[in-house]
Parts: sequence; C-alpha cells; structure tokens
Amino acid sequence: MSQPDWGKSAVAAVIDSLKDEPGALLPILHGIQDALGYIPSGSVPVIAEALNLSRAEVHGVITFYHYFRETPPGKHTVHLCRAESCQSMNSEALHAHAKSKLGIDFHQTTQDGDFSLEPVYCLGLCSCSPAIAIDGEVYGRVSSERFDEILNEVRSPA
Amino acid sequence: MSTRIYVPCDSGALSLGAEKVAHAIALEAAKRGIAIDLVRNGSRGLFWLEPMVEVSTANGRIAYGPVSPSEVAGLFNADFLNGGKHALNLGLTEEIPYLKNQERLTNARVGITDPVSLEDYIAHDGYRGLKNALKLAPAEIVKQVTDSGLRGRGGAAFPTGIKWNTVLNTQDEQKYIVCNADEGDSGTFSDRMIMEGDPFVLIEGMTIAGLAVGANRGYIYLRVEYPHAYRNLNAAIAAAKQAGYLGQDICGSGKAFELEVRLGAGAYVCGEETALLESLEGKRGLVRFKPPLPAIKGLFGKPTVINNVISLASVPIILDRGGEYYRDFGMGRSRGTLPIQLAGNIKRPGLIEKAFGVTLREVLYDYGGGSATGRPIRAVQVGGPLGAFMPESQFDTPLDYEAFAALWAVLGHGGIVVFDDSVDMAHMARYAMEFCAEESCGKCTPCRIGSTRGVEVMDKIINNQERAENIKLLRDLSDTLLNASLCALGGMTPYPVLSALNHFPGDFGAEK
Ligand SMILES: Cc1cc2nc3c(=O)[nH]c(=O)nc-3n(C[C@H](O)[C@H](O)[C@H](O)COP(=O)(O)O)c2cc1C
Ligand code: SF4
Ligand code: FES
Repeated sequence: MSQPDWGKSAVAAVIDSLKDEPGALLPILHGIQDALGYIPSGSVPVIAEALNLSRAEVHGVITFYHYFRETPPGKHTVHLCRAESCQSMNSEALHAHAKSKLGIDFHQTTQDGDFSLEPVYCLGLCSCSPAIAIDGEVYGRVSSERFDEILNEVRSPA
Repeated sequence: MSTRIYVPCDSGALSLGAEKVAHAIALEAAKRGIAIDLVRNGSRGLFWLEPMVEVSTANGRIAYGPVSPSEVAGLFNADFLNGGKHALNLGLTEEIPYLKNQERLTNARVGITDPVSLEDYIAHDGYRGLKNALKLAPAEIVKQVTDSGLRGRGGAAFPTGIKWNTVLNTQDEQKYIVCNADEGDSGTFSDRMIMEGDPFVLIEGMTIAGLAVGANRGYIYLRVEYPHAYRNLNAAIAAAKQAGYLGQDICGSGKAFELEVRLGAGAYVCGEETALLESLEGKRGLVRFKPPLPAIKGLFGKPTVINNVISLASVPIILDRGGEYYRDFGMGRSRGTLPIQLAGNIKRPGLIEKAFGVTLREVLYDYGGGSATGRPIRAVQVGGPLGAFMPESQFDTPLDYEAFAALWAVLGHGGIVVFDDSVDMAHMARYAMEFCAEESCGKCTPCRIGSTRGVEVMDKIINNQERAENIKLLRDLSDTLLNASLCALGGMTPYPVLSALNHFPGDFGAEK
C-alpha cells in the first residue's frame, strides 16, 4: 500500500468515518495512530477543520494524553511499567537493564529504528510484576534474562 | 466425546505464556489423534499457578499449573485428560483453599465460562437480573440497589442507589450510563479481569442501570492499556446485540439500550469522573468544578450515571438474588463483597473476592503466604497510588471503608501492593510526588506546582540536605495539597507521602 507524503489519505479516511460520532476527537486520534503509528503534524489542520475546532485545541488534546505521539515510533514499542507493584518486584533494575541493552532512554527510539521505549503506569498485571508490553503483547515476571529472550523473539518471530 | 480443556485467555495468564501452552496442547492432541474441545476461559485469579490448565472430568474440573509448553507432552503421557497423576496436578479446582474460601458474587463466572459465549453466560445464571429488572418499575430497581448497600467500588465508596436515584429524578429525554473502566491504580486488576473474563456481566449491569434511570445509551471508557479487554468487550457487545439483549428493543420490552466502548489515551486523571466525561466529549481531561454533579449535568450536559466496572458488574446478582441477599455479606456500612487484588511482592498474588471484614493479615499471610522474596513484609500500599502505606502494626485492620478511614488510610478499589523490607520509603514518597506531577491535569496550582516542588524537596531529604527544614517544608506542602486541591489526585497525594514519613521516619533520616 503506498502512502503519499505523511499519510494524508489514511487520515482523511479515518476522519471521514468518525467525524459525525459524538465526541469524535479521541476516536479519530486513535484511528490515525492505529493506521500510521503517530499523529503527523499535517493532520492537525485537517482534523480541526472537520470538527470545527481550532488547531490549538486539537494540538492541546494530542499533547495532553501520554499515549498519543507526534513522531513516528520504532518498528516495535516497548512499554515498561513504572508503577508501585512492579517497583516492589525490582522493576528499576529491569528498566536499567532494558535501557542499557537498547542504548536508549524513555521516549527514545533506537538508531536502527527497531525499538521505541515508553514508560507506562500500570498494565493491570500487578499480580505478575514486573510487567512489560511490546506492541500490545504482555509479559509478566520479566527478569533481565527473560527481557533479552523476549527482544530476540520479537526481532525474529519463530 | 471429546474432553473439554480450559486454558485462560486472561492477559495475566497470557503474560506468563498461556498462548503457547494452548498452542502446544492443540498440537499435541492433534499429533496423538485425540479430539479435544479447547476453551479459552478467564482466569480463576490464582496467578502464581498461571498458566493454569483445567480439564473437565466426571468429578468436576481438575487443575494443573503452572504449566509450561515443554510440560505438555508429559501431561498427555500422565493421562491428564482423565485427571491423571502429575507433579502439576492441583486436584479439583473448586477445592483449592485460596478459591474455596472466597465469596464470589461479582466474579461468580470469571474463570469458569468462555467469556465471549453468550450461551455459556446464560447457562451460568446470566441475564437473570435483567429479566427481573424488566418486570420492575424504575424506582423499584433503584430500591433494590439502595437496599443492597452497594457503595461505589471505584474509590470514593459513594452509595450507588443514591446516585441512581438522583439521575432517575432528573427529567431529561436523554440520559447516559457511563462505565469508568480507566482502572489506573497500581495494584488493581479486578476491572480488567471482569472485562476480559466475564464481559457480559458488565453489559448486563449497565443495561439494568439504563432501565433504572431511563437512559438509552451507555459508554464504557476503557483505558488503552487494556487491548485484551477491548476485544472481549466488543465481541460480547456484538453477541448481546445480535441476540436482542442490547439495541432498540431489549428482550422484546420495547426499551432501548445501546452500548459502545471508547478508549482512553494514557492519562491517569481521566479516571476522575468529570475528567473522564471531558475526555469522552473529545477534550483534554481537565477536572470539572462540582456542582453541578454528573448525575444532573454529566456527559454532553445530560444527566449521567457514572460508575466503576465492579459497581456495575455487581448489579446483576443484586437484581437476581435481591438487595438483601447482597447486603447480608460484609460488616458495618461496608456491605457485600470486595474483589481484593493482592499484588506486588507476595508469594501467592491473585484475585480474592471476600465479604468486607477480612483482615489485612489474613489476606497477606493466609492467602498470600508472605512475601515473594521470603523476607519480612515491611509495608503495604492499599488503594492505589493515592492510598496510604500501612506498617505491620496496622495489619489487623479489617477491610472496611470506615476502619481504614479511622487510620487515615483508604480501601479505594481494593488493590494491595506488598513491599518487603528492602523498600526505601523515602523513595516511595518521592515517587508519589513525581506521579502527581506527571499526571496532574494542571487546573489547580497546588497540585501542578506543589507536586514538582514536592519532588525537589524529597530529593533534598534523600540527599541529606537540611533535612529537618525540608521535612517541615514537605509537611507544609502536603497541607496545601490536602486543603486546596480540586480533586483527589492533588488532594490525596499526601496520603502516601505523609504515611511513609509518619510510619517510617528512619527512611527520611530521622533518628530512631
Ligand atoms: C485521580 C483520580 C483517578 C480515579 N481513577 C478512577 C478509576 O480509574 N476508576 C474508577 O472507577 N474510579 C476512579 N476514580 C473515582 C471516580 O472519580 C469516581 O468516584 C467513580 O468513577 C465513581 O464510580 P463508583 O461510585 O462506582 O465508584 C478516580 C478519582 C480520582 C480523583
Ligand atoms: S488536584 Fe491536580 S489533577 Fe486534580 S484538578 Fe487540581 S490540578 Fe487537576
Ligand atoms: S504496577 Fe506494573 S502492572 Fe500494575
């Protein structure tokens, strides 16, 4: 599927299908991020026009929510849980390991574009702490060794 | 006849490899030419035993766990399809004490049924509450809920019946039922387990709420971190709609109820009910001033019932068995049951639905078996990131809203996070401030600025810079947050901070 410039046609399709829903902005932003991996800046004026909002309002919403991103993510996004239950099972050591293994900090993407690293505040897997999620797949009781195995599985799926 | 085998699709079980186990079982059965009926159930909530596989036998379901894919062939060799002996054999599932000693009302079906099978739901007493509700006048439905003594399970413990009554008595042609499925608190996962493991019970509860107050439209505001719940909710909604349990003519009654799931986007404050409504309307999740109450002016300015997942999922059994049946469980003004979520550094973490009144110590030791690391339990945080840290001297407190309040602690959504003696409580207090700064909606200054100041002050305390003065500053800051915040994010951040300071002063550099 070819996508001209920043995904203009995908954005238009999402807006078209959702703009008449009540409270359409969040569903539209989700739709765009699902399709493109992020919310391109070029989509802001298009959304604003379709919903009769100012660009500043749309931008304000995008930046308010941690989940929406304005830059393309890596091929895979690794979410590490930073919240208390995972802390009680030494998530901090796991996070230090993950950061050094990938050579990046939170909110960064590896040079080869393979992995982005994001913090998350609880995945609801507190009975399996420390927990992480990669591209929506969940992993519990993750040790540093297990983290390396998971990265390998994700890189080259069996 | 092919044997029925259950492998959970709950994301907790999946996080420990349940998908690979299910795959291995299907493969091994095919290889041996054995016909099996593989059901993906929710989790029983015994997470130290996950992935827990069950087989249906003439005597009942027999559990094996925790199962890894490499053990699957061995299980077949041991004739596990007929409940055969094996090191992982746990006996009859229902006889496992952790499960047997619970009072499962809200979670009655979780782990037992196929979550997205309407047939299964109905075969296990599903939709009996709705059938009763359809025979009652709206005020009679509200009365059952009021009589049950049910209080909101989302944190504030407000009586659900009173809230519904306000919406019932507010005239408007459009009203809404909103389910708060933002479950942002660390240490909590009971909303998730219901939505993944028995989504129909939530759908039924919301439908009854709609009948009770005269609302024909509902939204489930679900956190984006729960993709598995999203799938199961949508599958269940589609099935309910198909069978006429949702839509324009519910069970031929002529009454309508439409239901839709909307996703959040990673903002903790959107769990606060008015911020949630703003978010549903497509705006930033800024907390609204109250009044007006959402019950009077809620979503899109219309009268709105907003309730937590567990509150709503407790309604079907109340309408099925009657308000009094539910009220007979519990203690004091805490009626019914609480799905306790035991998490963190604990040997046997899981979901424990019990009548109110069980003590923390019973939960931590009788159920939990002590810490996972085997070291002494030093503190527990109950009620999420805005809940107090409680020391060992408070472990005999019964789980009861008022008993907790008397200790300046909160039961909240019923999550318990356990820490062993390696925890540094000054570090935890710093984290509480950092979390508040990170998640503040920014509407009021004490929370927005005060929490950032709080992090700086904690850093100084941790680095031993003018400790006495900075501890005084920390108390002053906490006072301001407590008294001048618009919502509980700013207003309750002092709970973890001050409880850590007061119960564990040594960690803040005080002389013993
Ligand atoms: C910062 C903050 C976060 C909250 N998060 C949640 C949440 O994730 N889920 C929830 O049900 N209630 C949450 N609440 C409580 C809601 O504001 C509200 O009390 C609840 O949705 C009412 O439903 P209930 O009466 O059924 O508990 C939160 C409150 C605050 C102040
Ligand atoms: S206390 Fe914090 S989160 Fe709550 S309304 Fe004020 S700024 Fe927003
Ligand atoms: S605290 Fe990490 S999954 Fe809940």
